Amino acid sequence: MIRFAELLESLLFTPSRNGKLRLMIRYFQETPDPERGWALAALTGALSFPGAKPAQIRALVLGRVDAELFAWSYDFVGDLAETVSLIWPERPGANHVPDLTDIVDSLTTAPRGSIGGLIEAWLDALDATGRWALLKLMTGGMRIGVSARLAKTALAELGAVGVDQVEEVWHGLRPPYTELFHWLTGGGPQPDTGEQPVFVPLMLANPLEPDELVALNHSDYLAEWKWDGIRVQLSCRGGERRIYTRTGDEVSGAFPDLMAALPDGVILDGELLVGSFEAVAPFKDLQQRLNRKSVTARMRADYPEFVRLYDALWIKGEDLRPLPLTERRGRLEAWYRAQPRPRLDLSPIIEFADWETLSTLRDGARAQGIEGLMLKRRDAPYLAGRPKGPWFKWKRGALTLDCVLMYAQRGHGKRSSFYSDYTFGAWRDTELVPVGKAYSGFTDAELLLLDKWIRAHTTQKYGPVREVERGLVLEIAFDSVHRSTRHKSGLAMRFPRVHRIRWDKPADEADRVETLAAMMVG
Amino acid sequence: MSAPLPDTWVYPTKAGLYVEPADCYIDPPRAADRAIITHGHSDHARPGHAHVLATPETLAIMRLRLGNQAGTTQQASSYGVPIRVGDVTVTLVPAGHVLGSAQVVLDWRGCRVVVSGDYKRRPDPTCALFETIPCDCFVTEATFGLPVFRHPPDGHEIARLLHSLSLFPERVHLIGAYSLGKCQRLLALLRREGYEAPVYLHGALIQMTELYRTLGVELGPTLSVAGMARDALAGQIVIAPPSALNDLWSRRMTDPLIGMASGWMRVKQRAKARGVELPLVISDHADWDELVRTIEEVQAPEIWVTHGNEEALVRQASLLGRRARALSLVGYEDDEA
Repeated sequence: MIRFAELLESLLFTPSRNGKLRLMIRYFQETPDPERGWALAALTGALSFPGAKPAQIRALVLGRVDAELFAWSYDFVGDLAETVSLIWPERPGANHVPDLTDIVDSLTTAPRGSIGGLIEAWLDALDATGRWALLKLMTGGMRIGVSARLAKTALAELGAVGVDQVEEVWHGLRPPYTELFHWLTGGGPQPDTGEQPVFVPLMLANPLEPDELVALNHSDYLAEWKWDGIRVQLSCRGGERRIYTRTGDEVSGAFPDLMAALPDGVILDGELLVGSFEAVAPFKDLQQRLNRKSVTARMRADYPEFVRLYDALWIKGEDLRPLPLTERRGRLEAWYRAQPRPRLDLSPIIEFADWETLSTLRDGARAQGIEGLMLKRRDAPYLAGRPKGPWFKWKRGALTLDCVLMYAQRGHGKRSSFYSDYTFGAWRDTELVPVGKAYSGFTDAELLLLDKWIRAHTTQKYGPVREVERGLVLEIAFDSVHRSTRHKSGLAMRFPRVHRIRWDKPADEADRVETLAAMMVG
Repeated sequence: MSAPLPDTWVYPTKAGLYVEPADCYIDPPRAADRAIITHGHSDHARPGHAHVLATPETLAIMRLRLGNQAGTTQQASSYGVPIRVGDVTVTLVPAGHVLGSAQVVLDWRGCRVVVSGDYKRRPDPTCALFETIPCDCFVTEATFGLPVFRHPPDGHEIARLLHSLSLFPERVHLIGAYSLGKCQRLLALLRREGYEAPVYLHGALIQMTELYRTLGVELGPTLSVAGMARDALAGQIVIAPPSALNDLWSRRMTDPLIGMASGWMRVKQRAKARGVELPLVISDHADWDELVRTIEEVQAPEIWVTHGNEEALVRQASLLGRRARALSLVGYEDDEA
């Protein structure tokens, strides 16, 4: 447990991704099974202990500490696990320090009534960092800046395999992942996950650069719309169904209606959208359905979900990934026609005679729910990751608006000494109204200049935020604009970024809020 | 005749904590005619008093920081030597906070009030150890007046710094520490743990460190960061004021590992929020256990709690059977404790 606690603490304080990877790899190398497997499960959120509740922990601490003193402390620290770990009165030497495996075993198997006594003994035996790690483990929500994806990346580096190979077996394995570690560090075979509903790493596209098109032969490519939702994989095998995001996170629970409509015996690639087949709702409507713990009947009715299918990776016992795209597409269409499903439809193929025709189509595509075009090589197999060449995303041209810098905030990590997060506004009458925030789109050299300008033109400071003179115009690029009740301007940009810094342009010649409103679709 | 009650002759006013029969203030937040100063931190030692009574070390620190604003007349009083101020006998005794820091012992008509100023109980190679003075009323600070604050042994924290230095020998270790007291204590603790290499100092720390040396504190070799090449500091320890850690100044170093020496570092999410990679729980203030132990040891039936987390310590003193109350004194900061 001490080693695990030290790992969590180091991960919390290490800001860099590479530093975190190094820490995890070293821990997995130095820690035996099954302890490292339980640690991995904790890091990836695969553990839950319904028997250990925050209320119970609170009751334990109030048995030891004056309630008023605890309340003042909790108020100051703001986190239950950390407050309890710090305030717990130590009884040194009384107990044997438990290891992580003992703790997991006991929490899983002990009868509910006896868990309190176990926790109390552990809290006595551990130091403050050990108590903190224990309480984080029990209550979930580590908040140490490690995603499941990062943990899998560490595993891949540990075993010198691709992270996609780890992804591919991940959802077929269970803690404490002994087989997985045997494969990665002990020369064992890649675990066989059989016909479980695993996540198969997705094939991703590269952006099409403007000069690349001339080199491509149009008859080698299929074109389809790039739908503006979230990319998902529907993995349905062995009687079980899962919905995964492009990073392999499971989101099945958020979409009960889609789950009910899913067939068995397929792994499909598509875009999760809300609205109807005929009228796709804008992305902001889909956002209402994302990152929610529970989904209400009202939400299900207002923003009904469906999946527009792009590809088939596996149908009825056959892995289709080695087949060329046209062949996979044929299988997908045949499967779909044989058995149409509610909440599933096919992403249509766009017929085009040459690149010019397609380009015109793309420019005209301002409808809701379309981000641009996808170009996919007809003869390409389905490859994990982002191979260069077979797939291109050809987003429709960005919209731009000249805005005035209003506030700047310090960034994080390597950018913590730089003002790198910008709030900008557009004119309404003689007043500037904030219309968005941008953190990207500029080079490191430009960031230095922006930072210098901001420090020299600050009018007010609010903690990490500086208000600046209305003197610098930023040309902001964004994908689309929507109505929003959250912003004073009543408008929200999708994916705004700094396109150019207009050092030359006077602030009073920047754009107006009405100009932005006119760019709205629908 | 029975002794007077403490609050009939020592009480808070808008101008600070006032000792009526001495007609003077202790650590007044604004310029006063007569001031007794407990120690040199800027929230306690303000400029512009007409008459200042303090230890010789505190007066030297005030002259360095405040120049000709350090007090029109300055009266030095060594530890343990009683001095008459008005009708009151005033004795300064060590508080263990920083060099020259003192508790103010006030005796008047058989009643003794001790104003602690800021203090800590553990040994510190750069200043005299706190002395326990039994009294009728003890005025205590409460910077870390919550039971979540328990500072680990200093040696443990210095060992963590040295361990990090051996793990990441390619990175400069940039440690935030307050310029008066914390910086010099870090230097002395590093020497005690056997670290002999020169330690690099931010310009704002150099004069105070020199003054400590002049006053007889051994700190080992230090060098200025100024003029060092970008990569020349790899594997070295640099001490800087906390405000410099995330600002323009720190950009002169390649990929610094940011540390911070402060009692607040005990709370992990606080350290994290400040972008600190190596939190060192080293404080010049008493932690919760020291505060409670001190309240018990001074045997005062009456406890007054000033700046910090007063409520919890008042509660604890009450649980110990003391009459306790919070003195709301304004103007004291707890930022970089």
